[in-house]
Amino acid sequence: MSQEHNAYGYYPGCSLKATAHAYGDSTERVAEVLGLTLNEVADWNCCGATEYMSLSAIPAYSLIARNLSLAAAQGHQEMISPCSACYLNLRKANDSMAKYPALNEKVNRALGAGGLHYDPNSLHIRHLLDMMVEDVGYETIAEHVTKPLSGLKVACYYGCLIVRPRTDGYNPEYPMHLDRLMQTLGAKVVDFPLKTHCCGGHMTQISEETAFELIRRLLHNAADYGADMIVTVCPMCQLNLDAYQPQVNAMFGTNYEIPILFFTQLMGLAFGIPAREVGMGAEITSAAPALGKIGHEEMEPARPKRRDKKSLPMPQP
Amino acid sequence: MMEDRIGVYVCHCGHNIAGTVDVEHVAEWAASLPGVAIARDYKFMCSSLGQELVEKDIQELGLTGVVVAACSPHMHEPTFRRACERAGLNRYLLEMANIREHASWVHQHDVESATEKAKSLISGAVRRVMELEPLEPFMVDINDATMVVGGGVAGINAALELANAGHPVYLVERDPSIGGHMAQFDKTFPTLDCSACILTPRMFDAGNHPNITLLSYSEVEQVDGYVGNFTVRVRQKARHVDTELCTGCGDCWEKCPAKVVDQEYEAGLGYRTAIYRPFPQAVPKYPVIDEESCIYYQKGTCKACEKFCPTGAIDFDQQDTEIVLNVGNIVLATGYDLFDPRRVPQYGYGRLANVFTSLEFERMLNAAGPTDGKVVLRDGITEPKSVAVVHCVGSRDENYNPYCSAVCCMAALKFGHLVKERTGADVTSFYIDIRTTAKNYEEFYHRLLKEEMEFIRGRVAEVTDAARMPGEEGKLIVQVEDTLIGKQRRIPVDMVILMAAMEPRNDATDVAHTFGIGCSEAGFFTEKHPKLDPVATMTDGVFIAGVCQGPKDIPDSVSQGAAAAARVLTLIGQGTIAIEPVRANIDEEHCSGCRICNNLCPYTAIEYLPDLEVSRVNPALCKGCGTCVAACPSQVITGQHFTFDSIMAQIEGVLYDTYNGNGYVSVEHEVPLATG
Amino acid sequence: MEEVQTRKPFFDRVMASTPGGNTLLGCLQCGTCGGSCPSGPDMDATPRKLFAMARANMEEDVLLSNAPWYCVSCYYCTVRCPQEIPITDLMYTFKRMAIESGHYNAESHADFSQSFCGYIEHYGRSFEFGLATRYHLTHHPLQMVRKTGLGFQMIQKGRLNTAPDRIHDMPQLTAILTEAKRIATEDEL
Repeated sequence: MSQEHNAYGYYPGCSLKATAHAYGDSTERVAEVLGLTLNEVADWNCCGATEYMSLSAIPAYSLIARNLSLAAAQGHQEMISPCSACYLNLRKANDSMAKYPALNEKVNRALGAGGLHYDPNSLHIRHLLDMMVEDVGYETIAEHVTKPLSGLKVACYYGCLIVRPRTDGYNPEYPMHLDRLMQTLGAKVVDFPLKTHCCGGHMTQISEETAFELIRRLLHNAADYGADMIVTVCPMCQLNLDAYQPQVNAMFGTNYEIPILFFTQLMGLAFGIPAREVGMGAEITSAAPALGKIGHEEMEPARPKRRDKKSLPMPQP
Repeated sequence: MMEDRIGVYVCHCGHNIAGTVDVEHVAEWAASLPGVAIARDYKFMCSSLGQELVEKDIQELGLTGVVVAACSPHMHEPTFRRACERAGLNRYLLEMANIREHASWVHQHDVESATEKAKSLISGAVRRVMELEPLEPFMVDINDATMVVGGGVAGINAALELANAGHPVYLVERDPSIGGHMAQFDKTFPTLDCSACILTPRMFDAGNHPNITLLSYSEVEQVDGYVGNFTVRVRQKARHVDTELCTGCGDCWEKCPAKVVDQEYEAGLGYRTAIYRPFPQAVPKYPVIDEESCIYYQKGTCKACEKFCPTGAIDFDQQDTEIVLNVGNIVLATGYDLFDPRRVPQYGYGRLANVFTSLEFERMLNAAGPTDGKVVLRDGITEPKSVAVVHCVGSRDENYNPYCSAVCCMAALKFGHLVKERTGADVTSFYIDIRTTAKNYEEFYHRLLKEEMEFIRGRVAEVTDAARMPGEEGKLIVQVEDTLIGKQRRIPVDMVILMAAMEPRNDATDVAHTFGIGCSEAGFFTEKHPKLDPVATMTDGVFIAGVCQGPKDIPDSVSQGAAAAARVLTLIGQGTIAIEPVRANIDEEHCSGCRICNNLCPYTAIEYLPDLEVSRVNPALCKGCGTCVAACPSQVITGQHFTFDSIMAQIEGVLYDTYNGNGYVSVEHEVPLATG
Repeated sequence: MEEVQTRKPFFDRVMASTPGGNTLLGCLQCGTCGGSCPSGPDMDATPRKLFAMARANMEEDVLLSNAPWYCVSCYYCTVRCPQEIPITDLMYTFKRMAIESGHYNAESHADFSQSFCGYIEHYGRSFEFGLATRYHLTHHPLQMVRKTGLGFQMIQKGRLNTAPDRIHDMPQLTAILTEAKRIATEDEL
């Protein structure tokens, strides 16, 4: 990792200050251990989540663009967003302004009313996970592992917005970079076919019937594949799967107790950072029982599930 | 010098040109240009009446040059050249002004500009035609041997037609055996006759025909020359088996200890040994050693095949050989690659064991295939109770290939029939549109409807093993919008077959480059004319047949093979062919012998004559590209038909100020030394 | 003479109001969107059907559909669409058009978006506690009882701030949004 590459603009987003403070805390501690400097963009505002775009497009783009403008003006070339929804919105505003000159002109006219301006593509917006695996790299991360997560079976849950609609070279349906990162930490990764399916998003607030069914599917699938926990990269995913898990159980008569943690929390634990410092305990569905396993078992290679042992199988493609 | 008397003919092309360009005005205006004796507009210049108009004027008015302002010269330049010739005017004193593709079609919404542009193009053509000189085409002999590249069903048929007509054919095949994809199939639609039963006799004939030299396991490396006289360098890869001694008995592959997945013939569904014959009916019958998987080549010991070979045919030292062929014509029938469905991750291929490609499934259905024709899951024993057939995988999709792959609908119906016949399983087709357009195809669709194959109109969203509700456990679930109902549905099945698209060969652009032909945007070889010349290419003497030109089924591939052969036979029958005299010519008196042109010529058509210390162009090899003309430091090379003066005159003509009527623009230029 | 009406004014407006919206002309009606949608089963019409209706210029039916309000912004439809149509963005367009025309269905969730954005316009940051209490008290008072338990737990674990977080330069944001709203009334994208 080169010297000039370890300082980044940092856009935490609203969730990391509240519902996902565990994500924020663990990100900051892990960055510290890895020698990364995350410079929080001064006076950033909310990205509008999935709501503002439903009301009016130009104000929605302008709201987002204020952040881009501030970050660029504060001298950042790269801005890291740990929240997938923020990441999507920031990217969307930048990319749409770059692609559609008429939109760019209008948004900049609005920014002008606040004395701001933004040239599309002057800022490179990246998700925290992408920065971790691409810039820091698996090897460096492995070097920092002091307490491998041996024996812990995790389902890697990417959610939607980190790989769609902008894939950045990752597979939009079946990405593997979080899986590989978890293996680097010593965890056992289970296959998780729903890894990029939807957590329900804002539907938990609007239509429980819709949202809880989506959450149930994810919990069911993770349990089906024997996961001890689900690891996420998005505050919304974490909130929906974790906080609503008891209500989902009540609605469907199930009894899932699957802890939902942020990937940075597991990085922190593997790096030997004390649990409290990486926000452990903030989860509604406790991770304590699952974490009891850490450091007690040898790592085994992940084995695909449900392979028929009898008869000559045809070669796998 | 004779006074210029140019005839200008402005074509309406029905509505194609006249709908945008004011043709009457343009013709009237053209009549006023210096040197123009007559200008007319006519509804269809290419009609016989249109041509007669030109012929009559040439004879009655004594025209010295003709400009036809119509379509691209691509199609009708030969038409009007013949008309000129019939009337006694040298065929090279004709110039086409393309006011359709270059004016009316590209400026459809701007009549004024299109009209002005047409005038400008005509002005350039008129100036150019005044500078043209009469030329005579070269006549060259046609070598009656033909090279056919690709031994699939299209190539085999082309080769057999030519050979049966009594002419020598070299059939060059990249793989160890001819047969192509058709040799992998079980049954063919819609007749359900056995693919091997109808193909292998043709393969045998091709392999044993006295007029066919089969070069299997061989690739074309370089092509030089021109129609009638191509020189081709072919590399025959080392089989490591002496075909003079080998009897094809099979002892070698039975004893070979190296078993590998057969990615070629078995499409990854079965195994083969390191020394192998792709399939029992292979032509030729000899095996090859695959060095990548051979234990001897990888580790230095083994040689089991050599020990057991009764005739001593194994030759580990055998090297690739280079063969030079002289042929008059070439038929390309290089076929296709199957789209890799891993690129559509939501369909789970490569991750979900019981998702198969259409080609894998063909092998599974084949009685001689890895499962002896039994339809079973990847575990090798379990018969599926329900099968989904997913259409349009990698086709009709801007993310992969926008074109329709043409054969998948019928193949899907065939699969439906065969699965039902062999297992009684429920079969559901997931389609966007069912396309059954050839003879007896729609009838086959009706037959499957009556056989109770299910049809759900909707492009499959995803195939997953993530069960959501009871009844889905342990199944593959096909999620789709049933668009005829307007509801999302989840259909649990045991097996999924992906109807993967036909794609151009991964090296199609390189092959096109080697043979000097074009590729479409998708990567299929470009035909000379999509309707009227579908098997010829823009390079004379190079023809195309089968799927390398675009997705098509077996009947169409066979037809194209025969059509390409017919086109070759026409040329062979003529015995000689006229070659365009558009060639470079070196003024040897002024040539300094610097030899710069020798190395620049892409066709190695310029040789240096050491005795005379000058360079000379071999007109038979020269393509008239003009590279040497531009490069010659002494400016003593002339491109015939594209002389310096004719090009400058055309530029001046095009720059004619059509808006102000100021007359000709004069282009400042240095006059070449030699012609000045 | 009266001005000639465009043939499909609503359809044209849908395309014009969405960046890249004219790709809608290439819709094959294949149903990949409707098949991929996580909340597809709850929609009264799939996205595919909405596009057919839009093409038939059925403005009222499209804007009254609940489908856009069930969109979870997962973008599956967008990345899978064989015609590269920005379907998720079109759902946002339908929502905006429904709100603008006041045509939306009573059971839609327009006011959730409005409440959410109201806090942003006030504080520059989102305010979950305020949103949860206000929105749920008006819409789902019964669920509120269950949610209260969760709410207390969240507060205890430091995950729900009872007072809003705010940005410093609120006047600047207000000026930008005011101007943006003014520009939004000018014409389409």
